Amino acid sequence: MSQSKELLQVSVRRGTEDESGLSTYEVPQQESQTILDVVTWIQRHREPSLSYRFACRVGMCGSCAMMVNGEPRWTCRTHVQKVLRDGRLRIEPLRNLPVIRDLVCDMTEFFDKWTRAKGVFEPTETRDDEFAAIKPSDPKRMQANAAIECINCAVCYAACDTVNLNRAYLGPAALNRAWTLANDDRDGAYYDRLAAVSESDGCMNCHSHQSCMTYCPNELNPTASIAGLKRLASLAYLKGKL
Amino acid sequence: MSLAHRKDSLWIVQFVHRISGLLLVLFLPVHFYVLGLALNDAAELDQFLKWTDSPAVKFAEAGLVGLLGVHLFGGLRILALEFLPWSPRQKTYAATALALSFVASVAFLLRAF
Amino acid sequence: MVDLRLYLAQRISALVMVPLVFGHLILMIYAVQNGFSADEILARTKGSLGWGLYYGLFVFAVTIHGAIGLRAILFEWFGLNKTLLNSISWAVGLVMLALGIRAVIAVVL
Repeated sequence: MSQSKELLQVSVRRGTEDESGLSTYEVPQQESQTILDVVTWIQRHREPSLSYRFACRVGMCGSCAMMVNGEPRWTCRTHVQKVLRDGRLRIEPLRNLPVIRDLVCDMTEFFDKWTRAKGVFEPTETRDDEFAAIKPSDPKRMQANAAIECINCAVCYAACDTVNLNRAYLGPAALNRAWTLANDDRDGAYYDRLAAVSESDGCMNCHSHQSCMTYCPNELNPTASIAGLKRLASLAYLKGKL
Repeated sequence: MSLAHRKDSLWIVQFVHRISGLLLVLFLPVHFYVLGLALNDAAELDQFLKWTDSPAVKFAEAGLVGLLGVHLFGGLRILALEFLPWSPRQKTYAATALALSFVASVAFLLRAF
Repeated sequence: MVDLRLYLAQRISALVMVPLVFGHLILMIYAVQNGFSADEILARTKGSLGWGLYYGLFVFAVTIHGAIGLRAILFEWFGLNKTLLNSISWAVGLVMLALGIRAVIAVVL
């Protein structure tokens, strides 16, 4: 693999929620280099105290998301070539979340909202019952399948302007999860979940900017899931079930 | 922080919807008040309407027609997005909503002059 | 800050207004020729039950729709608390409704 002598100008936001600033580093450009490679190079060669998160390096774990030139991305699956502007990169912690230090966010509120949106499966049967027979071609199953590949990376949450305007808003990821369960015939908490997602900081606040869909690295469409929840909750209310 | 996502047409059409709605809410009390002038005397309303014959006011009125149009067609887009099965042609609908409101506004101007 | 009931009131009032706004747009484009005049407007509306119901429904729906929309803006842009949000939107809604009803009475009765 050829080593280029080009240097990247990389600005990294360092510090805490209350006090942070951009530090600039020169990083040797390499072929097929990812943003995560750049961050790791800085930590190993220039700034041993730089804090950041990653685990799998292959787009499966959802822990390395950061803002790259102002857009939320998985750093492990983003090639430098694709996002480089005039030889410059700006790497910052995810938007809409409290910063612990440098590039590491506190994900607590993000995951708390999954619980608030009743993102937990409520079984109606026990291990002694027969398997539930659900056809892959069942329309509800197909809607759930379309939304089910989320790995909780919070890219959508960082992209969402509704979260930005109202930090209590449940956000695209938690609501998308609720939508998959609302379409699961085996689940027993249908109306409880609809009530949870349509409380005053819930799905009704979505403005359908569709930034979640635009940025989701797994090409999911939380806006469509949220629109689906709005429909189901409205119907349930009109039927007197909510 | 860069605002790349706010350059997206889907973001812009939602922003236009909010601004047009806000301006319409601010305009409506004035609109109602003016029509209410006819309560006592039709001549009072007529006097005001004479003022609307000037070209500048006609352009302002065409702007109001545009606001109403963009809020109507943008609103239809939202209702379709929320109540009908998902369509992948969201950007087309957004552009169509903006275009139709422009047509309404221009039609008004053509008739006004 | 938009719960299910506010959302439904917002969307149902929007659905009600879709045909009304279409009618309003077409009427404006039609009526603007040769300028607006009080005689022309009042000749159409005075004593008409149909126009009275049309504009009465329109005023009622737009009041609900506008007040809820304004509430969302006041929350998201200015971060007002729930008590303030509710009082301001009710106040704005009631003033708009009063002015609107006055306007309908003026042109219909």
